[in-house]
Amino acid sequence: MASDDAAPGPGLTDAARHALRQVAAMMIPASAEYRVPGADDELVFADMLRSTGRDTAAIARALADLDARAGGSFAGLDAARREAVAGEWRAAASPDFILLQRLVLQCYYRDDRVMRSLDMEPRPPFPKGHVVEQGDWSLLDPVRKRARMWRDAP
Amino acid sequence: MTDTVDVLIIGAGASGAAVAWSLAETKMRIVCLEQGDWMNPAAYPASGRDWEARQLGDFAINPNRRARAADYPINEDNSPIKVGNFNAVGGSTILYAGHFPRFHPSDFRVRSLDGVADDWPLDYATLEPFYAENDRVMGVSGLAGDPAYPPHEATMPPLPLGRSGRILARGMNAMGWHWWPSDSAIASTDYEGRAGCINLAHCTSGCAQGAKASTDITYWPQAIRAGVELRTRCRVREITTNAEGMASGVVYYDAEGVERFQAAEVVILACNGIGTPRILLNSASGRFPRGLANTSDQVGRNLMFHPYAAIHGYFDEETDGYRGPGNCIWSQEFYESDPSRGFLRGYTFEFVRGQGAVMAAVQGMQTGRLPWGAAHHAAYRKLHAHRTGMVAICEDLPEAHNRVTLDPVLKDGHGIPAPKLHYTLSENSRRMLDHAVARGSEILRAAGARDIATEAPIQSNGVHLMGTARMGTNPERSVVNEWGRSHDVRNLFIVDGSIFVTSAGLNPTRTIQALALYIADQMKRRLSTLFD
Ligand SMILES: Cc1cc2nc3c(=O)[nH]c(=O)nc-3n(C[C@H](O)[C@H](O)[C@H](O)COP(=O)(O)OP(=O)(O)OC[C@H]3O[C@@H](n4cnc5c(N)ncnc54)[C@H](O)[C@@H]3O)c2cc1C
Repeated sequence: MASDDAAPGPGLTDAARHALRQVAAMMIPASAEYRVPGADDELVFADMLRSTGRDTAAIARALADLDARAGGSFAGLDAARREAVAGEWRAAASPDFILLQRLVLQCYYRDDRVMRSLDMEPRPPFPKGHVVEQGDWSLLDPVRKRARMWRDAP
Repeated sequence: MTDTVDVLIIGAGASGAAVAWSLAETKMRIVCLEQGDWMNPAAYPASGRDWEARQLGDFAINPNRRARAADYPINEDNSPIKVGNFNAVGGSTILYAGHFPRFHPSDFRVRSLDGVADDWPLDYATLEPFYAENDRVMGVSGLAGDPAYPPHEATMPPLPLGRSGRILARGMNAMGWHWWPSDSAIASTDYEGRAGCINLAHCTSGCAQGAKASTDITYWPQAIRAGVELRTRCRVREITTNAEGMASGVVYYDAEGVERFQAAEVVILACNGIGTPRILLNSASGRFPRGLANTSDQVGRNLMFHPYAAIHGYFDEETDGYRGPGNCIWSQEFYESDPSRGFLRGYTFEFVRGQGAVMAAVQGMQTGRLPWGAAHHAAYRKLHAHRTGMVAICEDLPEAHNRVTLDPVLKDGHGIPAPKLHYTLSENSRRMLDHAVARGSEILRAAGARDIATEAPIQSNGVHLMGTARMGTNPERSVVNEWGRSHDVRNLFIVDGSIFVTSAGLNPTRTIQALALYIADQMKRRLSTLFD
């Protein structure tokens, strides 16, 4: 997954990592029905930690905000309180939070298992590309019959 | 390096490439200075699994977010629309979507026909041969016979309609409204050594296949073979003038950051609607205290972006989703002025196919369609590959208070003052956006959408940068004359989107390039009297 953008920043503290993983699990839990892991899955989470890149500081701030809302430690709350605090945090939708949420989604929706469950091949678009059907060009027939629409200009 | 060159072009994007290519046949010594570097298509995001993440990182359309070494910061705090551009050989065509409409004859006569803004000092017929020449070099996929346009040919067949096009065409036909396969700068077949499109997905992070006509793979290889010298990673700070008030050359920073001077007989600016006024304003001197070529006080003014509306629907049937070129079909049902609509001028609907798996999730969360928790998966499967829709590109009329100035504090990596934007949305634009959202929603409902999402204006889509050094015959109201030469400095030319008098309600690049070729042609015809 390496890219220019994935250069490791100063990184997240252990506590911040723990909270991030809890949040990821709340966001997208595993599902037996769809045969997909949760966003806290080991591989997905490792991808997240590698990919914070230029957003590391913002993500750390978002997690600090979460802890502050939890009265000190989000991880230390019971499940019901965690739901409530995360709900408020999410509703506030700070720019830092948006970046954190985006990180989770970026890593989750490129995981092989998740892509397969969506009937996508787990590969980059290039070089194989994709097939797009030509479609039914007879749909254009009514438009072909239209009179000219553009105006003459003096 | 300090030998005087005949022609010095600043900027190697859409217009800089075209003007260099056209002037190359004169065998003059032509040098182009470009602040960015050559791109490596093998390293474009589509080659990696993190391609969607990179569209929001090192390939973000906004230069402040992207923050590559080649980028310069832009203060956009006073603008509801944020800038999209790219700084490299190929300029913003590296990221552009490749929608490639021409202007209409009426677009050059808005004052005469609709009583707004100003007429252009040239017309469609004058530009027609240069549109055709540009089409041959760039390659245009499309279908002749569009009733919204004077006749013109395409160089390749149209891009596929696909599943999304079928759904949208159904909606358009139910409404009885115009639509047509879009003219596109994406090759539907192999073209002049470039491979045809293989539907990699969205085209706005560089085309790894080379199917999209960015000028690094169209004009530049030919211009360089014909003798033009292109110096990359060279950022121009200012244009200098001599005792006669003529441009004498430019001061720039080379790839090592060393300050250099390049003398030139002729200077051509091709830095786009923000980069060009920035250089002119940074070139203020005792003789030109308001900035170079600015006795009219029009440099930086009349900034036009094209306010965009996005109207998307979610359908039960599958759309093209993450597949395809973004370009598909367009509609100009509401293009020409009809005052009964409550606004003047009009807009183009450009239909887009879908979005990638990550963007489906990101937007789903941001718009409240995608919950956290166990319900996430079922909700996501209703969004992913089930969305299609359109954007409306509204004509933005020139207003003097919409402008680019220099930021007193913000500077780029070389310490050069950065541009600052001042832009407000006009009442005419707001009404046009509302109209587009209402009509677009009708189309989607007629096509069977179960849910519709809209955004107007799209905040992140200031990708068309126009009007900030406009053309005209009156030196008091314009910066360059009817063939691109500065009124004030007779060996200074501008060929990029800055010279647009009005914006039309469609994408500008085909017209920017046709104008650049036209100006080059005028220069070639007038070589012996160029500075008279
Ligand atoms: C995401 C995106 C999508 C787009 N989609 C479309 C579309 O579908 N259709 C369409 O018609 N248009 C589209 N556009 C717009 C299109 O790319 C521009 O209209 C076009 O590239 C402008 O051409 P230009 O020559 O004016 O400037 P640019 O192509 O932007 O080139 C300017 C060049 O000047 C260089 N430069 C600037 N300042 C300096 C300096 N001080 N020293 C040295 N070099 C300098 C820059 O690095 C750059 O390479 C899109 C743009 C973006 C960003």
